[in-house]
Amino acid sequence: MTEYFPPFLVYVIGAIVLPFLPNDGRRASLLLVVPLIGASMIWSMPEGMHGLMVLAGVEMNFLRVDKLSTIFGLVFSLAAFLSLLYAWHVRDTIQQVATLLYAGSAIGAVFAGDLGSLFIFWEGTAIASVFLIWARRTEGAYHTGMRYLIIQIASGVILLAGAVLFYRDTGSLAFEKMTLGSLGTWLIFLAFGIKCAFPLLHNWLQDSYPAATVTGTVILSSFTTKLAVYALARGFPGTEMLIYIGATMTLFPIFYAVIENDLRRVLAYSLNNQLGFMVVGIGIGTELSLNGTAAHAFAHILYKSLLFMSVGAVLFRTGTAKGSELGGLYRTMPLTMIFCVIGAASISAFPLFSGFVTKSLILSDAAHEGYYIVWGILLFASAGVFHHSGIKIPYFAFFAHDSGLRPKEAPKHMLWAMGITAFLCVAIGVYPEPLYALLPYEVEYVPYTTTHVITQLQLLFFSALAFTVLMRTGIYPPELKSVNLDFDWTYRKLFPAILRHAANFVSTVMAAGSHFIRRKRETVIRGLYQSHGPEGRMAKVWPTGSMVLWIAIILSATLIVNFF
Amino acid sequence: MAAATTVPVLGIIDQLPLLVVVVPMIAAPLCVLFGNRTIAWILTFAASLASLLFSLHLLLQVMDGDVVSYWLGGWGPKDGGIAKGIEYRIDAANAFVLVLISLISTIVLPYARRSIEFEITKVSHTLFYCCYLLCFTGLLGVVATGDAFNVFVFLEISSLSTYVLVAMGAERDKRALTAAYDYLILGTIGATFFVIGIGFLYSATGTLNMEELSVRLPELGTNRTVQVGFAFVVVGMGLKAAFYPLHLWLPGAYTFAPSVVTAFLAGTATKAAIYVLLRFLFTVFNPEMVFNTDALSYLLIPLAVLAMFAGSLIAVFQTELKRLLAYSSVAQVGYMALGIGFLSTTGVTATMVHLFNHGITKAALFLVVGAYVLRAGTSFTDRLAGLGRQMPWTSAAFVIGGLSLIGVPGTAGFISKWVLLQAALEKDWWWMGLLIVASSLLAVIYVWRIVEILYLQQPRAGKEIAEAPLSMLVPIWILAIACIWFGFATEMTIGASETAANSLIGGRS
Repeated sequence: MTEYFPPFLVYVIGAIVLPFLPNDGRRASLLLVVPLIGASMIWSMPEGMHGLMVLAGVEMNFLRVDKLSTIFGLVFSLAAFLSLLYAWHVRDTIQQVATLLYAGSAIGAVFAGDLGSLFIFWEGTAIASVFLIWARRTEGAYHTGMRYLIIQIASGVILLAGAVLFYRDTGSLAFEKMTLGSLGTWLIFLAFGIKCAFPLLHNWLQDSYPAATVTGTVILSSFTTKLAVYALARGFPGTEMLIYIGATMTLFPIFYAVIENDLRRVLAYSLNNQLGFMVVGIGIGTELSLNGTAAHAFAHILYKSLLFMSVGAVLFRTGTAKGSELGGLYRTMPLTMIFCVIGAASISAFPLFSGFVTKSLILSDAAHEGYYIVWGILLFASAGVFHHSGIKIPYFAFFAHDSGLRPKEAPKHMLWAMGITAFLCVAIGVYPEPLYALLPYEVEYVPYTTTHVITQLQLLFFSALAFTVLMRTGIYPPELKSVNLDFDWTYRKLFPAILRHAANFVSTVMAAGSHFIRRKRETVIRGLYQSHGPEGRMAKVWPTGSMVLWIAIILSATLIVNFF
Repeated sequence: MAAATTVPVLGIIDQLPLLVVVVPMIAAPLCVLFGNRTIAWILTFAASLASLLFSLHLLLQVMDGDVVSYWLGGWGPKDGGIAKGIEYRIDAANAFVLVLISLISTIVLPYARRSIEFEITKVSHTLFYCCYLLCFTGLLGVVATGDAFNVFVFLEISSLSTYVLVAMGAERDKRALTAAYDYLILGTIGATFFVIGIGFLYSATGTLNMEELSVRLPELGTNRTVQVGFAFVVVGMGLKAAFYPLHLWLPGAYTFAPSVVTAFLAGTATKAAIYVLLRFLFTVFNPEMVFNTDALSYLLIPLAVLAMFAGSLIAVFQTELKRLLAYSSVAQVGYMALGIGFLSTTGVTATMVHLFNHGITKAALFLVVGAYVLRAGTSFTDRLAGLGRQMPWTSAAFVIGGLSLIGVPGTAGFISKWVLLQAALEKDWWWMGLLIVASSLLAVIYVWRIVEILYLQQPRAGKEIAEAPLSMLVPIWILAIACIWFGFATEMTIGASETAANSLIGGRS
């Protein structure tokens, strides 16, 4: 069926073979080999359509290789490798198989050339990933996983419905650039939006990621949302609405992130905010901005994994990830601290770290294309990122007040995983050309100009200054309005307030609505149970005579229908 | 004498349409005559395998739209006269169903040995195989024949033996007797209706041969006798096919019959009835000639939608796995009725594909239940908790079958629902598409309930439960793999179904 072996099959085969291997280092090694094989295959595949096959009369394509899918395929393989290295100590077969299938589905999805196969992998990521949440095996994790699964499956079903309608409209299932307009494309857009955690569709993310296992969160953070970013970049580049959606996404999680205490949830919010940058890049839709999106996704997967890994290591050693319970860990976990700081510097887009060379692509292009307000928002959001991820995470975990905890340094394999990731973050920041060479379009962009560096440093220093002042004077965290010094006062005062009120309002309405729905649903289910349950009218054993009556009724109905 | 005019020399290949049916028929009494369980099983299996090979050969012969006509005893029609003899007429439609029936039978039989040793006393085993073969013969005969009255005869053969097979479940649960009795009464009513309908047709046309009926009926124009006959045939066969609300016999029969019987019947019996219905609706009666085209839709589609939802909803709440699957069958028959109700080639293709895909899916699922009954002693859902860990292979097959039942892409069930959706959208009935998807979501619920019980609940303490024996696992997995295989390799199913649909609807001209 194909002249090239589809990379996702490597993962599937790995997942099938895995349970038969002895559950020790040997199995963990196999886990590591799988992404490497997959990556080398992706690396060596020439561009083109390789996986054409006809299924049920519809042309399917499992293997569309171009630069956009290759870069995502590579970074997914890389992320799978690093997360699996980080998870070397895990001996839970379910988690291992789920990880492989999850990564495999995500990689399959980026190479899917049509909406049908995209749907299959789309659901594959949903189903495989939920086991990483359930793997905690607590009642709470079970319910969280259920909520997560329902939303993810809903996204898939909406995608399928959209694909079917799209097929009716156009007679093709090809997954190419689409324009919003018909119901079908809107549904597809919505499906992508749910997975991409668009504002108001985002809650599953903050709900579920912090609920997974230590290693599960690292794995989850890499694939699902970035898959959605890929799908948007493939399907809806240049859709202007995305610019504003993205801008909102960069903005609103900041406020939540600042007041959140669970460090993993802080990272989940900041993940949402980083996605916003990519979505803006897709919305602008120029070659430069799409490059920016792809590059940023690449860098983001690495530094976000790194941050989740370091916080995960802390959680692994101390049993908590709450900012208020941690502090002073730099004494005994110095390496983890260094890696965390590198991750923080990368996400904050410090010059010489990976975030700087990728984010500035998007920012420059927003300004270049004349979206000044959006540019402003993104700048503000960058400062916010620095604030909550760049300073807050390392500060509360490793410095701040001494919590008295003296945990051991993270295990070796975690240190290796973090070390490699940290090295890559720095390497990309210092020498971005190899990454730029992978991007979908030709790049003529120099990140290290004086203006860029100065602007960014100013932003960072003032942000840091604000944080320091606030910590010294003891008004952090409840007072957050005066943090972002160099911004227009409306954004400082008005926006957070509006946002808070809006959030309050929305959450009240949502709560009331969901309460109402829950009550109604219970009534409906009870009613259905009474009629359809085992004791119900519909399901009980009917006397033979009633059936004969039915026969008579149907016979007369048939006759009547026939006669007239 | 007449033989010479139609088919002068008959080789063994030319006899295939008859051999398919006759081999198991002859094997049936032999089982009892030998009176040895092992020999009986070997005979049954050999006969079933032979039928499978014959029907596969036939399918290959007619795959491209040919028709094989075989006159019993050479009693073909004299020039221009009315046929006196019985014709076996194989085209893509019934060859396809023949393959389905004999395939499922052949796969189920290796499983049967172990399962009935557990569920039926040894003395009755030879009788079991005899009845099984008769039932098998009947189903094949119903499908193979081209003679309306012959359909009735084989229908009775299969029905009578089915009643006995269902009643054999009485050793484990006495309610099997009432279930069999109910089925006996209702099945007899259904068959009677059918034969009454044929009587009307015969009185109007003077022939029982389907091919000749299809030529003569349109000539009569609007004829009350024919219309009444039509109504009786549809209702009679609708009952055998368990069209909602004529399904009341099905849950009982499926629940209390021995597991093998349930698996076999679920995969074949209703399917044969649906085939007959298709044959009568589209070949014998020409919908456009005999009555208003839409009339049938008005009757079938609401009932089909009702079946899809009511059946699934009942299944959601069931606490007994066999019963749950039985109600799910009622819902699935609804999809097939829906395909018929569309009165289009795509619709009938969907029905044919679903007939096949659902046949293998449901057979796989019921086989799994049989394995649970063997190991856990029951099929009540609360007793199956945690079996996913104790019987990993069996339960994995259940998950695959369940996915196919839902219609998850990559499984056979998806293909048939996809074609059905195509048929709905072809008519621009997108709301119908939504209904199909919505009812599939109900399937998600009841399958998930079981998966949750199997995998996420703690096993019951104190009882070590072993994996099912290999002789049961292999048939289960053959069907489970088929569920996935036919989710990708669609040339055979969709191709054959399309040819079948064309020969049913368009073959007349």
